[in-house]
Formats: sequence, C-alpha cells, structure tokens
Amino acid sequence: MSGEGGGSRKGEGEGKGVTMRVEVDVPKCVASGQCVMIAPDVFDQNEEDGIVVLLDEQPAPELHADVRESAVVCPAAAIRVVEK
Amino acid sequence: MTETLAETAPEAEGPLPEFPMPRAAGCPFAPPPTARALHTERPVARVRLWDGSAPWLVTRYADQRALLGDPRVSSEATRPGFPHPSAGFRENAGRRRTFITMDDPEHARIRRMVTGPFAIKRIEAMRPGIQKITDGLIDTMLAGPTPVDLVRALALPLPSLVICQLLGVPYEDHDFFQRKSSVLINRHSSAEEVVGANEALTDYLEGLVAGKLAEPADDMLSELAGRVRAGELTRRDAANMGVLLLVAGHETTANMIALGTVALLENPDQLAVLRETEDPKAVARAVEELLRYLTIVHNGRRRVAREDIEIGGETIRAGEGIIVYTGTGNWDAEVFAEPERLDIGRDARRHMAFGFGVHQCLGQPLARMELQVVYGTLYRRIPTLRLATGIDQLPFKDDGLVYGVYELPVTWTS
Repeated sequence: MSGEGGGSRKGEGEGKGVTMRVEVDVPKCVASGQCVMIAPDVFDQNEEDGIVVLLDEQPAPELHADVRESAVVCPAAAIRVVEK
Repeated sequence: MTETLAETAPEAEGPLPEFPMPRAAGCPFAPPPTARALHTERPVARVRLWDGSAPWLVTRYADQRALLGDPRVSSEATRPGFPHPSAGFRENAGRRRTFITMDDPEHARIRRMVTGPFAIKRIEAMRPGIQKITDGLIDTMLAGPTPVDLVRALALPLPSLVICQLLGVPYEDHDFFQRKSSVLINRHSSAEEVVGANEALTDYLEGLVAGKLAEPADDMLSELAGRVRAGELTRRDAANMGVLLLVAGHETTANMIALGTVALLENPDQLAVLRETEDPKAVARAVEELLRYLTIVHNGRRRVAREDIEIGGETIRAGEGIIVYTGTGNWDAEVFAEPERLDIGRDARRHMAFGFGVHQCLGQPLARMELQVVYGTLYRRIPTLRLATGIDQLPFKDDGLVYGVYELPVTWTS
C-alpha cells in the first residue's frame, strides 16, 4: 500500500546506542538493485533473479544513512527500517 | 517560464490543455511551460489526448511517487480508460503483451524471468567489455573526418552492441531493428505502421528464439527459450519480451548519451568538472543528475485507476486514465533545489527518470553502467569536443516517446 511507501524518514539520532533493524519483503522486491548500489554491505542480490538478499539485519551506525536512503529509493517499498 | 493557465475554476470545463505539450522555444531541456504551470497551480489536472479522451496528468513528485507505488493503479493497457500515447499503441495493446502492461501477481512472475542478468554484480562484470567497445568507437571517430554525427558514431552503436550481446541478437541486423524500433516509438507513426513494425520485430525475435531452442548459447534469448521448452512461456511471449528488451535496451541509453552530451556542452563548467575528475563516484553522481535533468521518457508513465483514488485534492475515479509526467516531478523544487540548474555534484538519486513502483526500469543498472563509461570517457578522450552546428539547429525528438536528438553533429580540434 502507498502508506508504507516512504520507508524510514528518521534523519537524526545517528549517535551511539541507536540500533537499526532492517527487514526486507522478498515477494515485493522487483530487483531494481538500487539498495545494492547504495549499501552493498547490507544488501545483495540473488544470482538467479536479482531478488534482494539481506546480508546484515543490524547494520553498524556508519551504514544507517545509506540504509535509510535505500529504503527511500526502493521502488517497491520492500525495505523496512526500524530504529530505536 | 511561469506561464499562467487559463483562469478556470476547478469545476468549470474550459478547453483542457493538450498532452503532450510543446517545449518552449530555446529551452530544449526544460519540461514544457504548460506542464510546469500545472505543477504549480493544479498538480492533478485533466488534459486532452490525441483521441479526445481526458485523463489526469499528475505533475508533482510526491503525488507521482504515491500513485506509481499504489496497487490501485493499473498498468494493463487493455483496460478501458487506459490513456494510450497514439492509435498505434492502442492497436498494439492486445498484441504486444509483456510484463510492462501487466499487474501483479502476473507481472512479478514474468518480470522475474528476466531480472537475473541485470543484477548489479552481473552488470558490473560487463564494465571492461563496455569500456572496450566505447574506446573502439571513439578510436574510429578520431581516425575519421569531422564533423561526425555522434548519434551514428557512438550513442546508438554502443547500447545496441551491448544489448545484442546480452540478448544474443546478431548485431549485423542493426539497421533492420533500429529502423523498426524508431517507427515503433514515434507517436506520429500510424496504427498500421506501428503494428507492422511490431509484427516484423516480433517475427524476427521469434525466429531467433527458435534458433536458440535448437542451439542454446549463453545469452538471454537462450534463457527465454529454456522457459519456452519448460512450458512457462509461449514462443510468441518470449519473442514479445525479446522485442521489449531490444528496443528499450538501445533507444533509451542512446538518447541519454546524445542529449546528455548536448546538455554538458551547453554547461561547460559542469563538463569541465566531469572531464577532470578521477573519481568514479563523481561520474556516477553526474549520471544520476543528467538522468534527472533530462528525464527523456517524456510522454509520461501511463496508468488507469482500478478504484477511486484521492490525490492532490482531486478524486480520480475507477476507470479513469492517469499520466504521471516525471519530467516535472524531477524538476520539483520541493525535492531538488534549483531544479532548472544542471548540477552534477548534487545527490539526485531520488529522481524518477526510471519510473517508480514495481514497473521501475528493469535495465537501469545496465543503463547506468553504459552512461558512466561513456560520460567518463568521451570528454576526456576528446577534450575539445563541441557542436558543429548551433543548438537551435539540432533536430530534437519532440515526436518521440523518448526524447533526444535525431542527429548530433560534433567536431573537435585535432
């Protein structure tokens, strides 16, 4: 649904102690590959059909900005980012 | 560039603006003034098409993103109310069924048959080969007389060679498929011409698929032939998909190479930055900005509402056509500051030049790679490259479904 479309928009709070959990919705993925381009340490693609493979469910803080951007540009809204 | 629209109250039915809209004289890169005025004044507005129908034109980035990501919006070109770009497209809608005119779940099932070869790592592995082809074409340019038509010398052959290799289409046939494909994507082609060009291309591809069935090779048509053998696709379906990949694979990138070069030559400060950088990331950023700035798919992303949808203060009723005009979305100042400025240093990654939603361009990693190689090579190898004619003399593709130039005469100082 469009309600989920934007991904996470949390911009600030990248300090220590902020944890991020990434979820991918594999059936939704359309293999655009943008997440792999932006955050290759967190996302990869299946050789066969280019569908997303999550490499790191809890990426380190220095990767958070790239992960958030990946969620924003994902055309299928298949990336969910939960930050605490 | 801030033309005001006819002063009609939202309810009044004045004459609707026609779509597609003409660009302003002397502003070949900017979206049409009427589209920009709608973007400011009435971001979801009815427009008049060639057949008299009045679908909704959506011009604001946020609304575009919402609609293209909304499953209540259909891509099925056979649905009543679908806003066809021309009579030829309407005529073809039933014959040329591919995943781009399907909705999920069927769309996802078919699209996934061809996504593998476009995975980032597989495309990255093609970089040395693409670099070699590019260098070879530039060598030939440099060895010959000037002026040169950059479209014929580089912009068209590079992506054609690459897509031929990827698909397993013999490049010797390029005159044939380039000619047919330009008929296919010209909105002034008659219905008969479009149907004829499509039939010719599909027959051609079907013949190639039959060949791959007998003698498989390491290419995409052979993979599709495998699907035919497994009973997942008919031979005609595989051929339709082959046509889509072949046409989309060379027309779009070719236009980006040529038009991008015009834009850079018109912005020499930006060209100088690109020419001098050693940083592949800077080249990649420039590619995204040029994709945003030029948004060459300029006939809008065509859809039809499956249900009533509230958007931008309007209600789009079920069965009404929707045209998402990403040209203005990518020039939306809410998202891109000073959008009319070509700034190759900006982060333009959120552009929608490849569309948005589940139908976003399948070949985008390949397009990006080809553009990174060309933009990162051409201006370094020919630093004095310049237009051999006035920009106002260039034949812009106003009649194409994809924008660009038909010809680009360039010269340089040897």
